[in-house]
Formats: sequence, structure tokens, C-alpha cells
Amino acid sequence: MPKDHGIGAPIRRREDLRFLTGSGRYTDDINLPGQAHVHFLRSDVAHGRIKRLGTGAAAAMDGVIRIFTARDFENVGGLPCGWQITSRDGNPMAEPKHPILAEGKVRHVGEIIAAVIAETPEQARDAAEAIEVEIEELPAVIDMAAALGEGAPKVHDDLPSNLCFDWGLVEENREKVDEAIRNAPHVVTLELVNQRLAPNAMEPRVAIGDYDKATDEHTLYTTSQNPHVIRLLMGAFVLGIPEHKLRVVAPDVGGGFGSKIFHYAEEAFCTYAAKVVGRPVKWTSSRSEAFMSDAQGRDHVTKIELALDEEGHFLALRSETLANMGAYLSTFAPAVPTWLHGTLMAGTYRTPLIYVNVKAVFTNTVPVDAYRGAGRPEATFQLERVIDKAARELGMDPVEIRRRNFINPDQFPYETPVALVYDTGNYHATLEKLEELADLEGFEARRQESAARGKLRGLGINCYIEACGIAPSNLVGQLGARAGLYDSATVRVNPTGSITVHTGVHSHGQSHETTFPQVIAEMIGIPEDQIEIVHGDTANSPMGMGTYGSRSIAVGGSAMVRATEKIIAKAKKIAAHLLEASEGDIELKDGKFTVKGTDREVAWADVTLAAYVPHNYPLEELEPGLEETSFYDPANFTFPSGAYACEVEVDPETGKVEVCSFVAVDDFGNVINPMVVDGQVHGGLAQGIGQALLEQCVYDENGQLVTASYMDYAMPRADDLPSFTVDHSCQTPCTHNPLGVKGCGEAGAIGSPPTIVNAVIDALQRGGIEVDHIDMPLTPVRVWSAIRAAS
Amino acid sequence: MVEISMTVNGKPVTAQVEPRTLLVTFLREHLGLTGTHVGCDTSQCGACNVHVNGMLAKSCTMLAVEADGAEIVTIEGMAAPDGTLGVIQQAFQDHHGLQCGFCTPGMVMSAAALLRENPDPSEEEIRAFLEGNLCRCTGYHNIVKAVRAAAEAMG
Ligand code: FES
Ligand code: FES
Repeated sequence: MPKDHGIGAPIRRREDLRFLTGSGRYTDDINLPGQAHVHFLRSDVAHGRIKRLGTGAAAAMDGVIRIFTARDFENVGGLPCGWQITSRDGNPMAEPKHPILAEGKVRHVGEIIAAVIAETPEQARDAAEAIEVEIEELPAVIDMAAALGEGAPKVHDDLPSNLCFDWGLVEENREKVDEAIRNAPHVVTLELVNQRLAPNAMEPRVAIGDYDKATDEHTLYTTSQNPHVIRLLMGAFVLGIPEHKLRVVAPDVGGGFGSKIFHYAEEAFCTYAAKVVGRPVKWTSSRSEAFMSDAQGRDHVTKIELALDEEGHFLALRSETLANMGAYLSTFAPAVPTWLHGTLMAGTYRTPLIYVNVKAVFTNTVPVDAYRGAGRPEATFQLERVIDKAARELGMDPVEIRRRNFINPDQFPYETPVALVYDTGNYHATLEKLEELADLEGFEARRQESAARGKLRGLGINCYIEACGIAPSNLVGQLGARAGLYDSATVRVNPTGSITVHTGVHSHGQSHETTFPQVIAEMIGIPEDQIEIVHGDTANSPMGMGTYGSRSIAVGGSAMVRATEKIIAKAKKIAAHLLEASEGDIELKDGKFTVKGTDREVAWADVTLAAYVPHNYPLEELEPGLEETSFYDPANFTFPSGAYACEVEVDPETGKVEVCSFVAVDDFGNVINPMVVDGQVHGGLAQGIGQALLEQCVYDENGQLVTASYMDYAMPRADDLPSFTVDHSCQTPCTHNPLGVKGCGEAGAIGSPPTIVNAVIDALQRGGIEVDHIDMPLTPVRVWSAIRAAS
Repeated sequence: MVEISMTVNGKPVTAQVEPRTLLVTFLREHLGLTGTHVGCDTSQCGACNVHVNGMLAKSCTMLAVEADGAEIVTIEGMAAPDGTLGVIQQAFQDHHGLQCGFCTPGMVMSAAALLRENPDPSEEEIRAFLEGNLCRCTGYHNIVKAVRAAAEAMG
């Protein structure tokens, strides 16, 4: 019987009641009295000099309140970047100003040139269309290699080139790696592209700025994964508003996947403009705007080389990547191709020597930043693809070559050559479970059955690792982070024993309102419905870093556990007083305090009431009340890992790929709510399969975004995907957080792309078609062309 | 301004609207029924799905004036008056068919339309029918399960 409450119970979500009845409160559902609307005039050229902006006629149109251009923002800072990378030569990265409104030049399609505030959204849009814009178009820099070439046009005139940084990990290993590769019996090389994606949370971004003249307080309602981070960045670095006068609220948020981490121009604009025009200012993004203003993801071009001995043992690995930053540095952009990517190149394997080089490049495209997985999918993709190619070249089984190189269970803690220490894991166990669930033995029969129908069937395998809950703060500070990476919780016990938890993390689909109470219910022994989770408002939660990088339960959940432990410790003191026993003899179980070895007991609610009505209470030793806050800074990352398999059928006539089955075996450590974890994996898999088969942001040579709507950007739909088999029964609990949890939000998106591509290549190879690699997305035309080229 | 009248979730409403007002804008901004969402501007995500005279319709692709005289049902009209979830809504909760909830109203309206025309759809038929609804969170797996379960419960 599965548990029906507490940790490990698949309890249904309380969030669902409001979402299923249309009573959610997303930012666009909020309308403030007197609210005006802003429409942003965006650049339709990728690179150009603004010669003239004629706003006179537009300003005179019906309903127009005010038009803003860059001139109105002269005293306002640019959007700050939260991570500084140091280049191999010791210089800091190039960090050009990222203005709220374009200053003199436009650098990507979609950059804001002017903003019109009017009584209605329609009037604002009509007036924006009437602004006269004269832009002298300049040659656009789109391709990364060309951007680094001699004499390439520069995205930022005041920088020496389009290079943002040139980073190495670990620089001291560079020569050793070169030498090992030179001398190895086998070197397998793969050049590949990890294409640019649009995150596409279904809720477009929204911002509402509000200013209260009487109190001099600003409020921003925004679609954010981390309201405190927005308050800090916008308040301190952009607008100069102190935190006690700035409140940021992120109510129900309709998905983020990374794209709602970052501080965006539109948020700062609405906050600033609300004070200037003396009215609340609202902006709701259209999907078309989202395509050209939400930070995009991935966009790496990589060459990877794996050196092996005769038995298929990995000897050394070298990875060289060009990473696209787009036109400006988005909030965490520099961290993604570096510390979230290079550090993952050991994977689940014992490769003794690794060197990673990443050159980050400015181009006339929308800024790129973290998108579900952020750097880890890019690392996993190249590694798991080159291993598959190596198995083929050495004539080895792809499962066997992986197993042979696994870090073994007795080798933990395991220090990789790329700066991580894995605390725990058991890669053999997940792979064995996969072999069982995916029925690898039955594959040949299924392949023959497909062949009889004229289809090529292939099997793809991958054994990924990822790193979640990036930490500790003092380490990430050395690596260039301009923020701490702790999280926080205030646990407020109410007089009659119910509990309100204010957490610094944010739920936008992750189910915190359901899962976090399960933890406290387990610890205290009261029902979940006595516990409420509050998040998303800087006015009532302690400073927290928000939700991304699968960190909520590992970091925010741990903070909540620590605060609850303090609560329990204090409550035991109160109970000891009430029971006239010594504190050391008090036990808490099932919502009751008992004196060890006796039948004397006092209920949880009697103790909490005593804390707030302290008539019979040790006031000399103990303050009244029962409320505690904890800030938790993890000692290390957590390291979820897993083994994935999928089977595909390729139609050799059309190149169409069908995913027949997908099995994901993940080790997430301890699991709080298995139903929710399954759901997180499903969603990640869909996004990863979307990347593998369908999705891509395409820019033409002039920097026009060709895929700027759902007509051209292929989102995975229900009939593109199979049902999934998901398992998380292999559990090696994290050794350094109190819950033994690792995080599960990104695994699916990290592990699935190489699994799919490996399967397609396998199908072609088994069909006698010599294709080594096809770049994602594996659309029918790409697969068909590869088949043609090979035959 | 044009005067329009319709029945929304069983209640008669009459209002003055600009002729260019979309039905979704009318529902959200004029009637405050914010359960119907807008996820795109090219009629492709289905977040705005409602029922118009019993037929599934994308309310972002219809003018409010076109709905003059019509019977409209939105997500707010899908639970019983006492708040008890309808069979489809309950199946979505039971099978974790939603995460962020943004696509959910449209999904529920689509599922209701499907089960009305095909009370016992196969997994493949469910996937094909939901082709007009985008969800970025769930990977559709649990949505498909929920719709199947609802079909069985209504059986
Ligand atoms: S909002 Fe109507 S289909 Fe997307
Ligand atoms: S639940 Fe978030 S888009 Fe479907």
C-alpha cells in the first residue's frame, strides 16, 4: 500500500482546485484601478542605427498618455548581469550595457525602441504603429564563427570584438589532455550543434507597475520564478529603489522553464513609468513578442573528442564550444555554458582527463540564457552522442561501453577532473533497472516486426548525470556568481496549531503547495491540510533566491526542515514544562508530545496554544510565540542521475521519426510525492523530445527571426509524443541535505535528446545506412536528406 | 459601440462593446471571467477554448459580436453550483493532468467536447483530438490518462 500522507505519499494537489475552476490568479488576471497600458515598439531590424524617432503624431492620438524613448531613461541603469566569467587570460568577460530602451543602436529584432502608454491596449498599439522610425540598417552578425572572424561587424562598437569571454576548465589540464588524445589508440570526434530553443511557457510574460505616492512605495506584479531576485536587481542596479520601498509579487505563474528567472526591461519599464505617469502601468506580452523578447535557450556549436584504449576505457575528453549570448548578456547567461556545462563533462564516467573550452559570442539575436536544464543538456548531449559513436567505431555494445566506464558505487564521494565532487550514486543500478523495464532483450524481435512493415527501428540509450541546487554560496562566489544561492523559510505556527510556511522559492507548476506540507506533516504528525505554503511576494516571504535548477526541495525544502526543527526544539521545551518532565525525555510523534516510557502526553495544539497564551509557561527561559526562520546554504550540489532508453521507427521513404516507447529510470534520492515527480519527468521528456525532433529558433542571415509564432516554431503536441514509462525506485539519498533529496525538474529535458538521436542513428545504422550524426531537430527533411546523402 | 446579449454559464449578460472586441477579451475584461486564457496570437494553443452553442471554439478567434445571442460555457461553468468538480475536472486532479494550470481550462473544455462526440475514445483518438491544445508542463501523458479516466467514469 502506498502511503496516504507524509513523505512518499502520492497525494493529490490542492493547487488544482483553483486551476480547474478558472479561479487561478495569474498576473494578467490582475487589473488595478486607474490602470493604463503600455505597448512597446520593437525593432524589426536586427542591427541598425536609430536615425530618427518621430513621436509627435503618435503622442496626439486618442487615449495616449505618454511616449517614452531612451532619452527618458538617461538616469536609469542597464539590466545587470548576475554572473561574471573570467577568461583564460585572466580578464573579466566583456559586459556591454543592456539598456531598457535601445540607445542609439538596435542590436536584435524585438529590442524595444519606444514605449507608448495609453488608456487601452488597443490605443497604445495604434499609437506605437504611428511612431516614425528611421533606422540605418547595418550588416547583422548571426553566425558565431563568422562573428569571431577578422573584420566582422561588431554588435557593440565599443568592444574590441564580438567575443564575450574565452573560458577553460581546467586550464592546468589542457596540455595533459592534448597529449593523451595525441597518444591514444582511438580518438572519436563529433561536431554537433545544440540548436537554439524558445522556452515557451504557456503563460506569456506580464508586468504591472504601481506607485503609491502617499507612501512612496513601488509594487511590481510580474510573471517571475524569483521575485526577491527581481527586487534586488531592479531596485539596487536599475532603478535605485531601496528594498523597503519596493515590493515584487509573482502570483500564480503559468510555467517558467528558466525564462522567468531573468530581470527583463519590461518589468523595469512598468515600475519606473508608473511613478512618472502617476498611474498603474500594465504590459501583457503577446506570443509574438515572447518569441523575440523572452531569453532563448541552448545555441551551442561543439566539437568533442573522446580518447579510448583498446578495451573501450575512456582516457581523455576534449570539448570545444562556441556559445551564443545573443546581443546582450541576460541575467545568468554567462553561467550556463561554463559552470553549468563544463563541469558536467565527466558524466557518470571515470574519464581521468578532461578539458573544456568555451568561447561566448555576441550576435544580433535575442539574448540566450538558462532554459530547462541550462548547460547540462548541452553537456549530456555531446557526451552521450560521442560515446555512442565510440561504441560503434570500436564494435562495442552501447550499454556495455557505458557500464565499463561507470564510476562504481564504492567510489563515492567521487572527485571529477572538472571541479565537482559527486556525493553519491549508483549508475549500475539505474542501468539494470532500465534493461528490465525497457525489455532490451526483446528489441530484436520488435525490430524485425518493424522491418516487415518497411520501417527502420532503432534503440537509443543514455546514462546522464546532472547537478542541481547549485551551491554553496562561498564557492559560487569564487566562480563569479554575484548572488548567494541559499534559500529560506519562515515557519509560523498559529495559536491553534495550524502552520503557515513562507518560503523563498516559488511554484509555477512544481506543486510546492502540496509537497512542502507533506514534509512538515511527516515531521510533526499533523495532517497536511493544517499547513499552508505562501510564496511569491517579497512583502511576506524571507529573502529567497527562487525556483530554477531543480533547487526548490533540495534548498528551499531543506530551509523549511531546518526552521521546523527549531520549532520542534522549542515546542519540546514547552511540552516539558507542561508535562513537568525533563526536555530530554520528550518525544514528538503523531502530533503528540509524550514523556518517554510513560503514558503522559500533551497534544501539539495544546503546546502551540501555550506558546501564544503563556499562562502556564517558562517565561524566564523562553520567549512566547512559535515562529522560526532558517536560511539554508547547501554544502554541495545534488547529483540526480539516470538511465534512459527509447525506441524509434524511421520511415526510410519520408524520413519521419516516430517515438514508439520511452523509458526513464531516474535516481532522485528520496521522493516526497511520486505522482508529482512522475509529472515533472513527463514534462521534461516532452521538452527534450521536442528539442530532438521538432523545435528550433531560426534566424535568417539578416537576423530576422523566421520562427516567431506557433505556425513556424514546432511545439510538441499530444500526437507527437508517446506515453512514457517512468521509474524512480533506485534511490541513493543525497548525503548532505536533511531530506536526502536531489531534485527532479530538469532530468527529463537533459536525458532525452541524446536518447532520441542515438535511437535514430541506431535505426539508420541497423538499416545499413551509414549516418554518424544528424543535427537536431531530426525533422523528416533532415533525416531524409541524411539517408539520401549516405546512399 | 454595439450592444450584445448572450448567456454565459447560464446567466444572461448584455453589454456594449467595440466591434473589434474579441470574445476572449469580452469574457476576461468585461465579465471578469479570467479562467479563459490567452496563450498565443495565431489561434494555435487552445488556452482560450470555450463552448459556443455546445461547440468547441477558440475565443481568441471570434469577435464578441459574433457570439451575440449564443450560449457560452467557460471553465467557470464546469463545476456544479456547489463547487463540486465535474467528472473531467476531477479526473484531471486525480491523474495530475495539470501543473502550472495555464493550459488547463482550455484542455478541460476540449476534453468535454471530445467526450461529447466520442464517449469512449482510444489513447490515439484523445491525442489526435487534443492536437489543438498546447501544454508545456505535463508532456500530455497525464492529460491523456485523465481524459481516458473521465471517459470510463462517465461510461
Ligand atoms: S489564445 Fe486562442 S488559440 Fe491561443
Ligand atoms: S499545465 Fe502548464 S501549460 Fe499545461
